[in-house]
Amino acid sequence: MSDQNIYLPYLMRIARITQEAPGVRTFRLEFVDDTAAKAFSFRTGQFGLYSAFGEGESTFCIASSPTREGYIECTFREVGRVTGSLADKEVGDIMGFRGPYGNVFPIEDWKGKNLIFIAGGIALPPLRSVIWNCLDLREWFKDISIVYGARTVADLVYKDELKEWERRDDVNLVCTVDPGGETPDWTGKVGFVPHVVEALAPAPANTVALVCGPPIMIKLTLPVLAKLGFQPDSIFTTLENRMKCGLGKCGRCNTGSSYVCKDGPVYTLAQLQQLPAEY
Amino acid sequence: MADTYHLSSASLDALFAAILADGRRILAPTDRDGRTELNPVTTPAQVAKDYVQTALSAKGTVFPRVEQLLSYRTGQGQVELTDAEPKAVPTVLFGIRPCEAAGFQALDAVFNWDSRDKYFNARLAQVTVIGVACTRSDDACFCTSVGGDPGSEKGSDLLLIPVAGGYLAEALTDKGKALVALAPDQFKPGDGADKVALLAQVPAAFDQPALTAQLPALFDSPLWADQALRCVGCGACAFVCPTCVCFDLQEEADPKAGRRLRAWDSCGFRLFTLHASGHNPRDTQGQRWRQRVYHKFSYYPERYGMLGCVGCGKCTRACPVDMNLREHLTEAAQAQVKA
Amino acid sequence: MELREKAKQLLEAGTVKAVLGFEAGTHGRRRPAFARSAEQAGRLVLDDGCRQNLASYVTRKEIKRLGRLAVAARPETLRALLQLLAERQVREEDVLALAVDADGGVTELATAQAVEERLATEAQVIPAEDRAMLDRLAAMSREERWAFWQGELSRCVKCYACRSSCPMCYCEQCTMDCNRPQWVPVPSHPLGNLEYHQVRAMHLAGRCVQCGDCGRACPVGIPVHLLTFTAEESVHSQFGQRAGSSAKLDYALSTFRPDDKESFIR
Repeated sequence: MSDQNIYLPYLMRIARITQEAPGVRTFRLEFVDDTAAKAFSFRTGQFGLYSAFGEGESTFCIASSPTREGYIECTFREVGRVTGSLADKEVGDIMGFRGPYGNVFPIEDWKGKNLIFIAGGIALPPLRSVIWNCLDLREWFKDISIVYGARTVADLVYKDELKEWERRDDVNLVCTVDPGGETPDWTGKVGFVPHVVEALAPAPANTVALVCGPPIMIKLTLPVLAKLGFQPDSIFTTLENRMKCGLGKCGRCNTGSSYVCKDGPVYTLAQLQQLPAEY
Repeated sequence: MADTYHLSSASLDALFAAILADGRRILAPTDRDGRTELNPVTTPAQVAKDYVQTALSAKGTVFPRVEQLLSYRTGQGQVELTDAEPKAVPTVLFGIRPCEAAGFQALDAVFNWDSRDKYFNARLAQVTVIGVACTRSDDACFCTSVGGDPGSEKGSDLLLIPVAGGYLAEALTDKGKALVALAPDQFKPGDGADKVALLAQVPAAFDQPALTAQLPALFDSPLWADQALRCVGCGACAFVCPTCVCFDLQEEADPKAGRRLRAWDSCGFRLFTLHASGHNPRDTQGQRWRQRVYHKFSYYPERYGMLGCVGCGKCTRACPVDMNLREHLTEAAQAQVKA
Repeated sequence: MELREKAKQLLEAGTVKAVLGFEAGTHGRRRPAFARSAEQAGRLVLDDGCRQNLASYVTRKEIKRLGRLAVAARPETLRALLQLLAERQVREEDVLALAVDADGGVTELATAQAVEERLATEAQVIPAEDRAMLDRLAAMSREERWAFWQGELSRCVKCYACRSSCPMCYCEQCTMDCNRPQWVPVPSHPLGNLEYHQVRAMHLAGRCVQCGDCGRACPVGIPVHLLTFTAEESVHSQFGQRAGSSAKLDYALSTFRPDDKESFIR
């Protein structure tokens, strides 16, 4: 019996492009091959390696929820060779996808709990997958709160969905921008995410916190949660490291003995505290 | 259960001929310009006589420097993707040292962890290893510190132990037995000579289990930065190493067609872990050196239940600045763990 | 004064934070060694086996962090230090050259001028076997030379030991590391190998101090130093200047003088 080529991507057609913020786009991707589409499934938290044929692959989370079938979405910022090429693509263009890779957010374990999502800037995409997954299974959970901030109003991603979450009465959304990032008609908060979380003072009892953001945001938010009484095994985050294979073979994404592509990208703070900070 | 034979030097010619007649190529160490390297040979006379190790390892036969994984044609909004098949040439590796032969297992652990790499597996299936035990070693060798020895059977299909007039031959696996079956008349009954007395003596240099147990506590030690001061950050150690498996994926394309290649990579390069943002989790050579040691002596045991090092010493010999792995590990094994 | 003694003296006085010399290594080899205390200075040795061009360390950030460095320096290392000064990669006050004397001792050379004067006393000579090889290559036809290098470079594994050993290859992001565009293919196939070595030789033209460390570093024995030696010889013969001869040297390939030869215009 011969093995499959584990490095061979699915061909995906770009079905929709949304310009989220300067330099940031969301692609909605559909499988070119129907059989592959039907056989495909993933769970929230997982990521993939997305190909720009001619340039290479880049790693993004799957930003859509597994409850929404028929497509996957990715959100990326143009920073390098591959994302630069993807940024030039149009609806109807073909790109590649390998996945789903990595571990998952254990949302079944959170039934009956409150959830608080804390995200900053371009780090909302991995949590956006979880948010929609949980909202699509709303009756599983108690209170759902979202604190999301960016440097400026323009940098907020998923602007339309933020409006939708704001409209819903089963979600408490708090949006904020950094001081100086507000526009004259901004009605949200002004302040750094860690300060907004502190002011919101979510109660830790029966609550799971998911935190994703730039390193500085995470560094300042975790002590706030600790002060509020959140336990390290109730705080979830995702790690990112440079990746090539996504399969635990190329050897580069490890933090200590943990491969972010296999043992992650989802980690609890308790797990992270056991690992060296090689990320 | 190993079958033991005696194979005379003269019989080797017949064995080589039988292997070639079977449609396989033979790769063996040959001498060239003062260096010993693996090259195709057709007769035993071409094989190097007096060498400790080749500079490069045999891993290139199952994990080549460059491997095509897929190709594609692009145009008119379409992409035509083509899978790539591994070109696995039936190969007999002759003269591989027991340390190197043991290295295949470490490659297998990674290439078949959870998902199976068809390129490695296809090539490995076509490789038969005729190991030759060591009658001498040099001061870069440390196989006995990492669970090996100059006559170890690990990884060889047929193990030859040099004796007067030829070799003791142990057919250790089905592949080894199949080799014997190619030229059965050449393999006379073995005489059960004392293997140990014939082989090189390599005293153990450090207590590896103790080192492995100690490594987690040494992670933040300044030892690694100190040891790495003279490291120049090249990939020589990783590339000559029989167990180093880290790789890069590279795209080469023009507007009409392209291909994706796998190439050797090294954790010693700064680029290895560099993020697009410019952030680098392993920004100093000391952190990268530590990764090399930990990957082989801490993460491999934790994850795969084996070491990522066979004590061959190729890294030490290849290193432009003599980063002697045995020395560094001995120092680490003796390092005081801060409370 | 003997290197060990000089190192102890410098470290005890705090004149430098570290002394970069050599120590005994595996199987009779000599390797770079950093002494950061008088006690560590006791390990230093200096003999004919000590060949590495230690100037390759002075531009590395981990080494710069140690502080002011004294460096045991053969003529190639002295040339490299001057070239690095000319290229503004090192400051005079950050490195103290310890020039290796004929008797095996060392002499402090504290200024660029002192180094220039010292170098002016000896002709720049490359080893006889390298000269012989260069002559052999020059005598070959183009086809023979091409075949020679194709054969040699077929062994290259792109480990970059050559680049990493070279004092002039200090670029934090090397041309090879650039992927927008990917100037040179990364994998070690024939094109990737050839282009890398060609580009490197070109980037060293007018800068190579002919230490030969790149060729010695190669784990598969490719005489890559012959490529850069040739590029350097070419610049010397065309433009009359030698890399590493002065702390104030313009880059030959980006400057011109009105009296430059124009023999290529036919």
